[in-house]
Formats: sequence, structure tokens, C-alpha cells
Amino acid sequence: MPKVILKVENIYKSYGKLTVLKGISFQVNQGETTVIIGPSGTGKSTLLTCINQLTPPDKGHIWLEETEITNPETNINMIRSSIGMVFQLFNLFTHLTVLDNVRLGLIVVKKIPKDRATNICLEKLKLVGLVDKIDAYPAELSGGQQQRVSIARALAMNPKLILFDEPTSALDPELIGEVLNVMIKLAESGMTMVVVSHEMGFARAVANDIIFMENGVIVEEGKPDILFHHPQNPRTREFLHKITELYGGKSE
Amino acid sequence: MSFLELAWTILPKLLTGAVVTIELTIIAITMGILLGIPVALGRVYGNKLIYIICTFFVEIIRGTPLLTQLFILYFGLPSVGIMLSPFVAAMIGMGINSAAYQAEYFRGAIQSVKKEQLIAAYSLGMKQNQAIQHIVLPQMFRLVIPSWSNELIYLLKYSSMAYMIQAPEIMSQGRLIASRNFRTFEVFIVVALIYLILVLIISKLLDLMERRFRIPGL
Repeated sequence: MPKVILKVENIYKSYGKLTVLKGISFQVNQGETTVIIGPSGTGKSTLLTCINQLTPPDKGHIWLEETEITNPETNINMIRSSIGMVFQLFNLFTHLTVLDNVRLGLIVVKKIPKDRATNICLEKLKLVGLVDKIDAYPAELSGGQQQRVSIARALAMNPKLILFDEPTSALDPELIGEVLNVMIKLAESGMTMVVVSHEMGFARAVANDIIFMENGVIVEEGKPDILFHHPQNPRTREFLHKITELYGGKSE
Repeated sequence: MSFLELAWTILPKLLTGAVVTIELTIIAITMGILLGIPVALGRVYGNKLIYIICTFFVEIIRGTPLLTQLFILYFGLPSVGIMLSPFVAAMIGMGINSAAYQAEYFRGAIQSVKKEQLIAAYSLGMKQNQAIQHIVLPQMFRLVIPSWSNELIYLLKYSSMAYMIQAPEIMSQGRLIASRNFRTFEVFIVVALIYLILVLIISKLLDLMERRFRIPGL
């Protein structure tokens, strides 16, 4: 049996009268990548932020390995430091250099001495191909480079799991590839990932599991070849069809 | 006596006043920072009670004239047994007054730090105070420099109000000299020139500071 890293059970979240998540359950095994797809406004991003409690869910339980994240007794900062998060708009610290962006969490949260932290950061920046940019500031980088810095920032914390919230949606088309390549490399190296994305090519290449979400519920879940080629639910078929039209031949 | 000769003779006396003006300004701006930052943080991050207290402070100080505040401190407090020297009264009055204005500048700067960056900080496991220390404050200091330069210049000029409570600053010195030599026009032209030179120096310095701390690419 593969080890379960993340277990999400019956999560509900409402904003006032609007119920965004209506009983979401799924789990992710160690070293596997789950890609969540679905129309915008269906709660995919909210679900991700529920996992690290940036948006505390109203109901339901979430476990990271054996620790229940949703238990009020749990030290949430400790949990967050072991769950990486990559944002649609990169969310880099604009006043810090690339190196300091990646290093800040190690020094402030993990209390790792500066020179050791620097070595860890250089290693991660090498992995994302930005070791020559360590002294640059975020505003001096392209979107693709900024997103790779933010991936390095997440990686440096040595997380058990990384959440990606539409990591390529804010990028120019010609910059999407460099970010996806890093993500594919990560997935292949055994990082556990939950990715909200519309990149069907990426999903096909690395996802172990695809979740199709709509209106706050999981409509369909399955292995990529089954879900892409033989979707059971008409809504899934319709969505995949639209995405195919939009992104051209990417999903064959 | 020509204007230049007159200016030369009264300059030493006026400069002793200018020193007091500069001292008052520096002390007031420092008090304003030390008090203004906590008030701004209280207005943004504080609970309801702290928010109300800080807002109350800001509105009362900004809603009343500096001169009235100075009179309360210098002429009013003795009636409850607190005697302040003119310099101390001016210092406290200007410091508190500046704190209220600076709190608003700082608050604006704090609120213009992008929320996304705080979310990223929390996602790394930072506590709120760590995020404020490492993300908000360093950016706040940069963002506040332009409005803060105005405050410093205002403060330097408004320190002339301390004349009304007999603090020996540059206006008092000018008044004293003019009452003796009756060359009011020339004396206050020199006074005005001294203020002008000080203001120009301050804006140049702050301009350099703003450039020095500019975030590359932004």
C-alpha cells in the first residue's frame, strides 16, 4: 500500500450564503500528483487554501500524514512550513532578492543558520535554473522566472507536499513551458503535488489522478487516460471538449 | 548698514535659533515615528479596542490646531500643577502632533503592501508578527518616504509656532532682533532664507534616501 500524505474528508466552505465547497473528499499518496480541473469559480483555489488553512473550512477534516490539520490543537504554522504553496500571481516578496525570497522561510520559520540556508537555497535555485539570478529582484524577472523562484521558495522548506494554484494562468504563453518543465521534473523526482491547472498536456504527462470539480463538488475522479478518453459524466465530457477547443490540439 | 552687512551681523544669533528649530524638528519627527508606527499598526492589525483608541488619538490630534495643542501644554497644564519649559512643551506638542499625521502615512503605506505577499508569508509558516517584521515593515519604510518628506518639511516650518510659547527658536530670535534694530523687513527676509535653505537641504537628502532604498525594477 502506498503511503497516504494528504487526506481530505468531507470539506465544506461557505462565504455568507454562497456555499463554495460542498463535501469534498480525496486523498493523495506519497510521490503522486493530483491535478484538479474544472470551470473557474467552482472552488478549486478555495479547496487548496483550505488544505493549509489559509481559508479555514467550515466543516470536515484534513490530515497531513498522521496529523490532523483541522484539529484546533495542531500547530498550524508548523504544518504550513511543511506544505509548500505556489500561487497564480507568484506572491514573491518584492523588496527581497531572489536568494532572500527563497531563504526567508528557512531563517525565520525553520531557524536554520544563514550559511546552511544559503546552500539549500542555491541547490533549489539550481534545480529551477535560476542560480545566475540570485541577486536580482522579482520586478527585474519575467513572469516565468518569478514563478520558478516561487517554486524554489516552496521547495527550500523541504515540504511533504506542494500545492500549486493555477501556476501558469498568469503567464505569457511562451513562458508557460519553462514553469511546466520544472513541475514535470519535480513530479518525476517523486514530489507529492496537488495542482489546480488547465494545462491538459501537463495533467496527461504527470498526473496520477485527475479530479474534475464543478459547483463545489467532485464530479468525477480518475486516472488520466480513463478520465480524458472515457469520461463517465456528461459534464466532464463537455468541459474537456471546451478546454480542447480553447487550447487547440493539446488534449488530442 | 547694507542688507548684507546686517545679515552678517544678525546671522550668529539667528543661527542659534536655527539650531533650536532643527533640534525641535528632529526630536518631534523621531517621537512621531516611535509613536506613529505603533498607532498605525494598531489601526491596521489591532483588535476593536486598540483600533478605537488609536483612531481616537489620530482624529483628536488632527482635528485640533497645533497652536491650540501647544497652548494647552504650556499655558494650560500649569493649572493642574505640570510646568513645562517652552522647549519641552514645544517638543512634546510637535511630537504628538506629528505622530498623528505620521500614523496616517504609515497606515497608508502598510495597506499598500500587497496582500498576496502576506499570504505567501503565512503559507511558509510565518506568524503574523514575523510577517509584519520581515514583509510589511521593510516595505512600509520605503513606501512612506515621499509623504514622510512632506511631514518633515511641514514640521520644520510649523516649529515656528513654538515662538508663541517662547521657545527660543529662529522666529523668536528674529522677533527679538527686529524689536531692537527695527529692521523687521530685512530680519525676516534672512529668517525666511534660513528656512528655505534648510528645507532645500532636507528635500535633497530625502530624495537621495528615496533613491538609495528604491527596490530595483519597481
